[in-house]
Amino acid sequence: MSNTALAEKPTDPSQRETVESAVVRFAGDSGDGMQLTGGQFTLATAFAGNDLSTFPDFPAEIRAPAGTTFGVSSFQINFGSRVIKTAGDAFDMLIAMNPAALKVELGGLKQGGVIIADTGSFGERDLRKAGYDSNPLEDGSLQGYHLVALDISKLTMEAVKDTGLSKQEALRCKNMWTLGFVYWMYGRDRKPTADWLIAKFGKRPDVAAANVAAMDAGHTVAETMELPDGVHGFHVDAADIAPGTYRTVTGAEALAWGLAAGTHLADIKMVFASYPITPASQLLHSLSKMIDHNVVTFQAEDEIAAACAAIGASFGGSLGVTSSSGPGIALKTEAIGLAISTELPMIIVNSQRAGPSTGMPTKTEQSDLYQAVLGRNADSPLCVLAARSPADCFDVAIEAVRIAIKYMTPVFVLTDGYIGNAAEPWNIPDINDYAKIPVNFRTDPEGFHPFLRDDDTLARVWAVPGTPGLEHRIGGIERDYDSGNISYDPGNHQKMTDTRFAKIAGIAKDIPDQGVEDGNTSGKLAVVGWGSTYGPISRAVANLRAQGLDVSHIHLRHIWPFPENLGDLLKGFEQVLVPEMNHGQLVNVLRAEYLVPAEGLNKVSGQPFKIIEIEDAIRARLET
Amino acid sequence: MNVVTPPEKLTPKDFATDQEVRWCPGCGDYAILKGVQKTLADIGARPENTVFVSGIGCAARFPYYVKTYGFHTIHGRAPAFATGLKLANPDLDIWVVSGDGDALSIGGNHLFHLLRRNVDLQFLLFNNEIYGLTKGQYSPTSRQGTRSPSTPWGSLDNPASAAVFALGAGARFVARGIDSNQKHLPGVLARAHAHKGTSFVEIFQNCKVYNDGVFENFTGRDVAADQQIYVEHGKPLTFGKDGEKGLRLNTQTLALETVVIGENGVTEADILVHDETNKMIATLLAHMDPPTMPVALGVLYCAPGQSYDDEVTDLVRSHTPAEKPDFNKLLRAGRTWTVD
Ligand SMILES: Cc1ncc(C[n+]2csc(CCOP(=O)(O)OP(=O)(O)O)c2C)c(N)n1
Ligand code: SF4
Ligand SMILES: [Mg+2]
Repeated sequence: MSNTALAEKPTDPSQRETVESAVVRFAGDSGDGMQLTGGQFTLATAFAGNDLSTFPDFPAEIRAPAGTTFGVSSFQINFGSRVIKTAGDAFDMLIAMNPAALKVELGGLKQGGVIIADTGSFGERDLRKAGYDSNPLEDGSLQGYHLVALDISKLTMEAVKDTGLSKQEALRCKNMWTLGFVYWMYGRDRKPTADWLIAKFGKRPDVAAANVAAMDAGHTVAETMELPDGVHGFHVDAADIAPGTYRTVTGAEALAWGLAAGTHLADIKMVFASYPITPASQLLHSLSKMIDHNVVTFQAEDEIAAACAAIGASFGGSLGVTSSSGPGIALKTEAIGLAISTELPMIIVNSQRAGPSTGMPTKTEQSDLYQAVLGRNADSPLCVLAARSPADCFDVAIEAVRIAIKYMTPVFVLTDGYIGNAAEPWNIPDINDYAKIPVNFRTDPEGFHPFLRDDDTLARVWAVPGTPGLEHRIGGIERDYDSGNISYDPGNHQKMTDTRFAKIAGIAKDIPDQGVEDGNTSGKLAVVGWGSTYGPISRAVANLRAQGLDVSHIHLRHIWPFPENLGDLLKGFEQVLVPEMNHGQLVNVLRAEYLVPAEGLNKVSGQPFKIIEIEDAIRARLET
Repeated sequence: MNVVTPPEKLTPKDFATDQEVRWCPGCGDYAILKGVQKTLADIGARPENTVFVSGIGCAARFPYYVKTYGFHTIHGRAPAFATGLKLANPDLDIWVVSGDGDALSIGGNHLFHLLRRNVDLQFLLFNNEIYGLTKGQYSPTSRQGTRSPSTPWGSLDNPASAAVFALGAGARFVARGIDSNQKHLPGVLARAHAHKGTSFVEIFQNCKVYNDGVFENFTGRDVAADQQIYVEHGKPLTFGKDGEKGLRLNTQTLALETVVIGENGVTEADILVHDETNKMIATLLAHMDPPTMPVALGVLYCAPGQSYDDEVTDLVRSHTPAEKPDFNKLLRAGRTWTVD
């Protein structure tokens, strides 16, 4: 653990324009290291005390041909002295490392925004690859923006010429040169990045030194050069942030820690079985490192095997967890039915991505809600939870473990590609503040049968192999309510089906009432969201409430069953609007459950909602 | 003082459940069930520590009839379930029961990976060369030309050899038995149990209803002696009513051939001696088909290696700190900062 204090004082804020928040987008070729650059900028910004939210946006191809538009990799960060809820709509500053990046990203830049471009990468070939007929840096087409055109390639080469690196290696320091430049623009401290570079390139001190030198050079150029008219340094005050120890987390990390925290609180082993798929693999990677925390990971031969191994593990007294994205979840479907019918705890994480079929693997979507709630053969209810932000993944995962064990049921956790990769600062909780999760393995043979139920929760007993006197045999064939033996009795099947429903429905009594995030508990319009639309909805609602509009924000964590009061809550509003990154799923479940006139606001472009899109939809309903 | 009472000796009957057995009368599965229950008693299995896992099919009903822990999973997936179970509790003694369709059609992928990983359990494949439960369609082990409801003009595709598949997948224990041979089967099962790693046992099982007599060409009374060879480690590979026949390695073709001792100058010294640790011999034996060659039965191959579950256990142990690690520390590892 390293506590980095603000060692180096940023340049005098009085000479800089103070802004409340800023959106910066780093864009370059896949090989330009934009994700690393963005990650470092994020850390430096967190250390500066700003609130922030990030959005990494990278291509599906591992090594797309250099210089092409489909090889552009971008990283967006929104930071400020106020609470930051999304990665931002339009950006204030665009860093374009090549023509393709400029071409792809220019549309997202604010009018009057700053472009920092590397003229060294705007040669004729580069321009042609990006589809430009003439050089946009020179042909006047960027009027209306503030252009800082620098030969970053050349300047980097000069900065590192004494380090003895090859030309190719030297050029790779371009991103750090640029980062140094942008650090000056926002008065960021370079020291954490310098420390990080030295640690990262421990075995290559020459490479570390070159990168640090490049960063310092970029910083110096920004500080000393005459910036074009209208371009100057900015200052962003520290945000009013609750005291605590912080770190940045991505959704995938928070989910891994949350799952492990859950099994830690339950004091049982986790067996995590998964088959790699974008964007779910990150969870497998993160958990694989937690071998010292009673976590065993298993890379199965396919998703079916992963799901079945998880069920086997739960039968054996561990918590079986499996994870995938839509196509892989589809393969797990039959096995999930087995877990439902044998009533074993299990967690299925779905990192949703754009579909159907392979769709757009690296792009985000929320289109698997139906799949989670309804997507199985037969009447097969289970519990579904959804995380709203990277940090929220931690608590949602613990809640999933609690419900899975207490109710002996599979629990779906829905996250998405955006939450998984996005990062935000996280006030690290104290694990001792969380309630323990009781696990009651049956040991008493007296009166035992495997489908004995708790009167209250209707959960069946958890009897694990290895326990003398509890030998029993179960499976997917319907079981007798009173003995657990195979039964084809019609009345029994009705009773078991009813019981499975009642058990899941009963979870509603064990979860908090649905609250209102922002606004009144009744009124003209409720905007109801779930998952990663949290950021844009909450900002849009806050903005419009500040302008006097009667709109409230309701955000669901418990997707199935719904909180008990949800129907009544929704009925208190004249209109209900449900923004979703799908073609309309939650909206229809709400309509079906409560007969409320909910309307959808749907976006399936693979990109998160912009705040303005939600604001416009709200206005259209309230300003007639 | 603690007095450790040795566990009472259980009999085959102690491994029978009160569930009504639902196989057709005359089904070979009954004989296998009997053989397994006898084996469990013979090896001193502890019911609380033993789990029978199956997929779907007639064969897969097996766990309901064995008084241990049991889990009837879904079609083809028993190997994956069993792997997860073993990862949860490596001390369990697991038997997987599967049919030829379950193991080699829908579950072929899982079986391949189970064998490759060498998870410590016994895998019993009841091969009746037919889909029994779904009423008699041909299976991946059905011989070419098998007439069934889905192949009224005879099946077209080439059958798979279960034992050859297992060896190819990297199995370290491959054995064969016949349902009706109660003298032989429990011994093979006991050997399978003693082996650490995945022990693959193919059992030729007669489906009375949909494929009756399909193995008569080597199990029939009149042909058995000439069409079966019971292999034993360190013993010459002989068969026939009076042990007059034997297998000789043709070093020109690198193939086995049937010879008769005393004929054409063949002596006992020409007969190949079985070495169950030799994969080439096992492969040659597994490939033999009647009528030109006898069917090899017994332990074809046994070459122990480290099991996957052992490797996982070792890895976990080497990473497990003496004291339970502080979860708060995990959350605070790496870059953090403090806001006062
Ligand atoms: C997913 C799925 N597909 C198909 C079936 C139908 N099915 C059940 S058993 C079986 C074949 C069983 O054949 P085998 O494994 O040889 O077992 P046997 O009945 O011969 O013992 C099939 C196709 C099923 N239960 N599940
Ligand atoms: S159908 Fe065949 S395999 Fe199935 S129980 Fe009847 S005889 Fe046995
Ligand atoms: Mg069969």
